[in-house]
Amino acid sequence: MHVRLEGIDMNFGEVAVLKQVSLSDRIDKLAIIGPSGGGKTTLLRIIGGLLVPSGGRLFLDEQEVDYAENKLPAYRAQLGYVFQQGGLFHHLSARKNIALPLQVVHGTSEEEALERAQELLNRFGLGSEGDKMPAQLSGGQQQRAAIARAIAASPKLVLLDEPTSALDPEYTNEVLDVINDLGETGIRFIIVTHEMGFARHACDKIAFLYDGMLLEYGSSSELFENPTSPELQRFLGKLLEWRI
Amino acid sequence: MNPLKNIFNLFLAPKNKSVPLFKGALNYLLVCVLIIVVFWASLSVLNITFSFGFVDLYGKRILDGFILTVQLSLVSLVISLLLGTLVAVGQRSRILPIRYLCDAYVKIIRGTPLIVQIYLFFYIIGTAWGIKNRFIAGVLILSIFEAAYIAEIIRGSFLSLDKTQLEAANSLGFTRRQTLRYVIFPQMIARTLPALTGQFANVIKDSSLLSIIAVIEMTQTMREISATTFQLFESYILLGALYLCLTLPITFVSHLFEKRFNYARKT
Ligand SMILES: Nc1ncnc2c1ncn2[C@@H]1O[C@H](COP(=O)(O)OP(=O)(O)OP(=O)(O)O)[C@@H](O)[C@H]1O
Ligand SMILES: [Mg+2]
Repeated sequence: MHVRLEGIDMNFGEVAVLKQVSLSDRIDKLAIIGPSGGGKTTLLRIIGGLLVPSGGRLFLDEQEVDYAENKLPAYRAQLGYVFQQGGLFHHLSARKNIALPLQVVHGTSEEEALERAQELLNRFGLGSEGDKMPAQLSGGQQQRAAIARAIAASPKLVLLDEPTSALDPEYTNEVLDVINDLGETGIRFIIVTHEMGFARHACDKIAFLYDGMLLEYGSSSELFENPTSPELQRFLGKLLEWRI
Repeated sequence: MNPLKNIFNLFLAPKNKSVPLFKGALNYLLVCVLIIVVFWASLSVLNITFSFGFVDLYGKRILDGFILTVQLSLVSLVISLLLGTLVAVGQRSRILPIRYLCDAYVKIIRGTPLIVQIYLFFYIIGTAWGIKNRFIAGVLILSIFEAAYIAEIIRGSFLSLDKTQLEAANSLGFTRRQTLRYVIFPQMIARTLPALTGQFANVIKDSSLLSIIAVIEMTQTMREISATTFQLFESYILLGALYLCLTLPITFVSHLFEKRFNYARKT
């Protein structure tokens, strides 16, 4: 899918959180990396239509995104979004979490929606957990269910905001595996992540966001092997510091 | 394990587990006995003996009072639920006079004793606007009073809604209306129902204060009876027991709701 950001600005009051972020590329598997507070979540929320930018324009496949309040629900419905944690509806079972949006937003019949939900649960190794409430699932299971829900309506693009950073290390890999599988089956995604191994090996493009600016952008192999900006060099260096 | 410790253990709740039935019953019984003993001891110090003979004589009136209390409470509950919901919504209104009106209403009602409101409402507003019927006046006063508390319950549960839940609904393409219907509403029901049920018990108890404007509900009935029989203690013991008959089941239901809707609990 072609994604084009044209001078995206985001200000919260006086604070400029994103400054003239521009990018135009075919995107299949993009990782957004960068230090905390750099604006990664903010950018992802803008792309996902959850936040209206203060300035700039966004095009998906050359179609401009209209941020008018009444146009946004339909836009968001074409995308999938996975939150860091707690994105599943607390009051619904895992199965209903997946089925409800299909019924309500996409007009699928209840029977069909439940069937589709079960299919996805099976696919993500949650076949027998469908009746459990989110609080009864492990963190890793919750995130897998959230991913299942995000892709249930065959979105054009899936956005994931640090889907593993709230998880115990033992659950991180199972979730990363699932995301990697998405890529393999041709589902396009943008992931904000601190898992550099995943960014490097499972994603084809990397965007490095630093202090609200898109400092570097390129293919993952290139960026990790030859970081040009001192900021990225330092950022990657820091990450290596504590490596076993 | 030594036997002393074994006995001691009978009175301890197990860690991270629910209390077994036998242990629970035993300890509950113990508490009941304790209460009765204290009560009885106090009575014997005062040298009082009971006779509940008046119940036969005044049974019909007591029953009438009981029924009126139930009626008062039920009607007030319905009205105060409606009013409380409106006020809770009004407190979030973008129209400032409405917002501040609702806010002031809640603050004034919650900040003053019911007894003051009953007098002021009945003798000033009630007289001025010609509300003569004591039942209607009573229901209105009680509804207005309880609605302020209900508004607070609803407001509190709205504030405690998790922002990520709303954001998740947005991200899935829900419209505002769909979010309200499929996410906010069910989650708020789950949060408010136990507290609202509990509030019903308060309505019942608070209705007793309407006796001061001579609404012949349960308390007023008992006051009248004790004034003629001079059996003050018996009357009030019976009165307390009757209120418990109403409130205990409600408390029980409230706890049931709490369990039923506690979807955050692990199995
Ligand atoms: N709603 C908001 N109001 C005010 N400031 C905000 C808001 N959302 C984000 N910010 C600020 O914008 C900056 C960027 O935040 P953002 O969450 O996008 O960073 P991030 O790169 O995702 O960081 P992290 O890795 O910690 O998640 C931060 O300084 C944050 O305090
Ligand atoms: Mg973030």
